[in-house]
Amino acid sequence: MAGAGPIPCPPPEGYNARMTETAEATKTATAGARAPRAVALISGGLDSMLAVRVLQEQGVHVEGINFFTGFCVEGHTHAIRNKDRDRPKRNNALWVAEQLGMKLHIVDIAEEYKDVVLNPRHGYGKNLNPCLDCKGFMVGKAREWMEANDFDFIVTGEVIGQRPMSQRKDTMPIIAEESGADERLLRPLCAQNLPATLPEREGWVDREQLHGITGRSRKEQMRLAEGFGLNDYASPAGGCCFLTDENYSRRLNDLWQGRGERNYELDDIMLLKVGRHLRPSPSFKLLISRDQGEGQFLRGYRRNHAWMETVSHGGPLALVDGEPGAGEWELAARLVARYSQGRNAEAVEVAITDQDGSTWNTTVTPMEPGSIPEEWLL
Amino acid sequence: MSEYELDATGTLCPIPVIRVQDRLAELAPGDILTVHASDPGATHDIPAWCRVHGHTVQTCEEGDDGIRVVIEVGHG
Repeated sequence: MAGAGPIPCPPPEGYNARMTETAEATKTATAGARAPRAVALISGGLDSMLAVRVLQEQGVHVEGINFFTGFCVEGHTHAIRNKDRDRPKRNNALWVAEQLGMKLHIVDIAEEYKDVVLNPRHGYGKNLNPCLDCKGFMVGKAREWMEANDFDFIVTGEVIGQRPMSQRKDTMPIIAEESGADERLLRPLCAQNLPATLPEREGWVDREQLHGITGRSRKEQMRLAEGFGLNDYASPAGGCCFLTDENYSRRLNDLWQGRGERNYELDDIMLLKVGRHLRPSPSFKLLISRDQGEGQFLRGYRRNHAWMETVSHGGPLALVDGEPGAGEWELAARLVARYSQGRNAEAVEVAITDQDGSTWNTTVTPMEPGSIPEEWLL
Repeated sequence: MSEYELDATGTLCPIPVIRVQDRLAELAPGDILTVHASDPGATHDIPAWCRVHGHTVQTCEEGDDGIRVVIEVGHG
């Protein structure tokens, strides 16, 4: 294989010892009998990591499940940009699994998840985040997995009062009921503030060793993490879903308005995460790369978009979403030229390829700085 | 022991990992799966996923023609 060559991929420090320790703890606690088996929803953040660790301390065999919705905030998406290339390219859910010495199952629910985003029974939060429906749906998928794999109960890292929509005392029973998990849903970090669940009543876990954490403060979780020797974890309470992001939600709303229907494909929602988005007309939108990394990424989507790039000067790659009218191609070209190295030139040549594969070049004057209406910028 | 190939180029993580996960579930211990990918994240995520599931990464390399990860299926 030509090029850079082998990439070292050693396990994280202490990984082998942790795997042995976890297996031994389960064996000791259950004295050889079948250990209770739990499946835990793993986001990659601190709370779900702690929830698992609390149960591992009690000898419960825990495996993680992580759902891919298409809206996940991943280090890899950020790493598309040149300036972010040095960020760690780790998947936080996998990182957590390695820290805890447990298996992680990653499940693609992107297609089914559309209904959660498009028709949330409990509505949206501040942006297009259907948090309560989302949690109920994911716990429901975890229940299906639990039943198919002969596990006993489901674990989440939820804390009462931590999230305004989905993590409240009055919404916790809704999640348990709508997911069908009912009494098999255990929240180890706040269990002492909730009625005892089946795993507690059956003695699979000791309620006294669970916790009664409430509120948005992270102090108690950080203290717990320190006690477990966990000192490397993703930003506490860090958002893991683009739907909570105001800017992203605006772009998604614009996509629906532009197409005249509330629907999307996976490619659509991936592209909303990348580049500069401008809508100069109801009939089309431009996605303009901000650096070489994004340009490279957008190149992969040329097959199903019209696209443009500057010829006479260095510049971005732009995808065209929609169909510009006859007089609008020049406007699009002037916008692309505005973000090229020829932004101050009198004339910039732009190559255009439409969706049928026809290509032509046009020479335009770049839009002047300050002449792009703010409402065009998404 | 049989050898298999999986093309996950053009997909972003975690899709390559999910493809590996689903394919390995169909293979037997000792089988070899060679994965081709393009997302740099795959060089971290595929080995990490293999470690927690007891599979062995024989080689992980990046070249001009992309990323190649060779996995020996473990007992899971």
